[in-house]
Amino acid sequence: MKNEMINYLGQNGYFGAYGGRYVPEILIPAVDELNQAFQEILRDEDFYKQYYNLLMDFSGRPTPLTYAAGLSAYFGKAKIFIKREDLNHSGAHKINNVLGQGLLMKKLGKTRVIAETGAGQHGVATAIMAAKMGFQATIYMGAEDAERQYANVFWMKQLGAEVVPVTTGTATLKDAINEALRDWAGNFDNTHYALGTACGPRPFPEMVTFFQSVISKEMKKQINDICGKNPDRIYACLGGGSNAMGAFVEFLQEPGVELVAVEAGGKGEASGKHASRIAYAKAKTGVSQGYKTLFLQDDDGQMLDTWSISAGLDYVGVSPILAHLAETKRVRVLAATDAEVIEAFKLIISKEGLIPALESTHAFAGIFKEIADTKPEDVIVVNMSGRGDKDIFNIGEALQDQGWKTFVTERGKAYAD
Amino acid sequence: MQIEKQIEAMRREKKILLMTHQIIGYPDFAANEKAIECFYNNGVDLIELQIPFSDPIADGPVFTKSNQAVLEKGIKVSDCLKFIERMARKYPIPFLVMTYYNILYQYGVEAFIDRCKEIGVQGTIVPDAPLDEARAYYDYSRQQGLAAVSIATPYSDPKRLQEIADIGSGFIYYVPRKGVTGSKTTFDSEILDGIQKAKKETGKTIAVGFGIQGPGDVAHLIGTADIAIIGSKIQLVLETEGLSGLDQFLGDIARVNKEE
Repeated sequence: MKNEMINYLGQNGYFGAYGGRYVPEILIPAVDELNQAFQEILRDEDFYKQYYNLLMDFSGRPTPLTYAAGLSAYFGKAKIFIKREDLNHSGAHKINNVLGQGLLMKKLGKTRVIAETGAGQHGVATAIMAAKMGFQATIYMGAEDAERQYANVFWMKQLGAEVVPVTTGTATLKDAINEALRDWAGNFDNTHYALGTACGPRPFPEMVTFFQSVISKEMKKQINDICGKNPDRIYACLGGGSNAMGAFVEFLQEPGVELVAVEAGGKGEASGKHASRIAYAKAKTGVSQGYKTLFLQDDDGQMLDTWSISAGLDYVGVSPILAHLAETKRVRVLAATDAEVIEAFKLIISKEGLIPALESTHAFAGIFKEIADTKPEDVIVVNMSGRGDKDIFNIGEALQDQGWKTFVTERGKAYAD
Repeated sequence: MQIEKQIEAMRREKKILLMTHQIIGYPDFAANEKAIECFYNNGVDLIELQIPFSDPIADGPVFTKSNQAVLEKGIKVSDCLKFIERMARKYPIPFLVMTYYNILYQYGVEAFIDRCKEIGVQGTIVPDAPLDEARAYYDYSRQQGLAAVSIATPYSDPKRLQEIADIGSGFIYYVPRKGVTGSKTTFDSEILDGIQKAKKETGKTIAVGFGIQGPGDVAHLIGTADIAIIGSKIQLVLETEGLSGLDQFLGDIARVNKEE
């Protein structure tokens, strides 16, 4: 069953025209070694059991599928269910992937893990994994992201990880990936690069998808138990693509299930300040960061600056698997702007008592844009990939909350004194 | 292939050849030109010019920042190609273009190779174009008589080493250690053995880059490598000691060919 998943995703690291492993020659043995180990665990039922047991025991899986009664009643259209990846330990789906890669590291005999992080959730998850499994950890984070998401930097450091702010390039996620690749090129003997999303050179896109497939495996069973059928639509936000792949993969071969990914529309299509590669049709096929996919780039092939209110979606490329699925029309891609996301956030928190991450709120915003077209008997599942505690500074600012501003100012003053 | 013959002829005169490097547009074109003049006057044998890329994953911190600095000034690939053309017409020395695969991909791989040929470039070096992914680039370059330099490392197993030798042309760029450009390499016996092995097994000209700091390293490579490549160190010498420092630095290196 697991092998089949890889077969229908792609062949030899390619998904249609996208994928590959465009890495410097020095990294070829490292990606070869990793790919070989990954191909072995794909055939190893015991490894999968060990992995899922760890997720149950340590991260709290299976995560619930919550009926969004408040939102469903508010719209009076499709029934909305929420897959609660926010309830994982560390507060996001990222832990699914890193625990899998941690077990793989043990198999490979590596003792040090490096990772890149945008919003910080993958960095925190990697630092947690390293602390639990006894590895040394170094996390690369764009200096700008480290500033936006300092709460996560704080936790990574407390967990014993070294956090390296990256000041090169645009000082965001793509630059953190570059630095991690450079570190890996120098240290692959003892170091594993735990890439956090379904991007990068082979085997990362399929490996991360494999570890995130627990989301849709559980989702499929849960929604069938509750509703007696598959969902009509699934929505997930789309940065690199790990939560979207996790939510979609078990349904790819169920043609009745519409799969919708929601990118960061930032300040809107015309503004040029966004991270929408597919929905705004602004990206072109290119090769960077070790793989071929759709990148936001200029005519020369230089990667462009991106923007999103959510650091986790602020990425210049996209999973080669999703680029292919969008091209073949199996996945439909929308964009939600920062403004739409803030409006969606207010609605979710007031109607459901849930605090979604700004990343996940994009997926909700996508539903809210389209829900008028649904019928009451339709079933929608949204993958709430993470919880929003980490976004309190951005949300406080976006909502222009005076009480929050006063609190931050007073705290700042107290530290300054 | 022209560059292979040129290298062969130059090798008859010298114990080891020297290839130097500049990032085009850093700090500016005028400074590049002065550096190239200095290279030429000091008998440098080959010159590698790097077209900046926004995400240079094989480069260390020194070059990463310079790539970025050039792009922030708005310099385009077409500006770089014009500069290379002018240099290649001015100096009778083989020029090679180093850049990342996406620059070729967006330009059109064949169009880029054609353009390089047209402007008098002898070859290209593309570190993120491994043989398994970029066969068309290597094949088309060969057809056009332009060297597509392939890269080998101590971790290339014998089968892959042979494939690297077969697919590339001009010479093999041998990266003697893990990591990226810039930091020092200790050329110990293990590294020298690796270079020797690569030379013996492929029968090709071997250029060694990454971490060469000065005349001592270059002298150490005599007898194993055919070409020593100096990149980051030259940028550092220029930044700290200026052109006169570079002149002195290259003069010291040139002497290694004269020493007994």
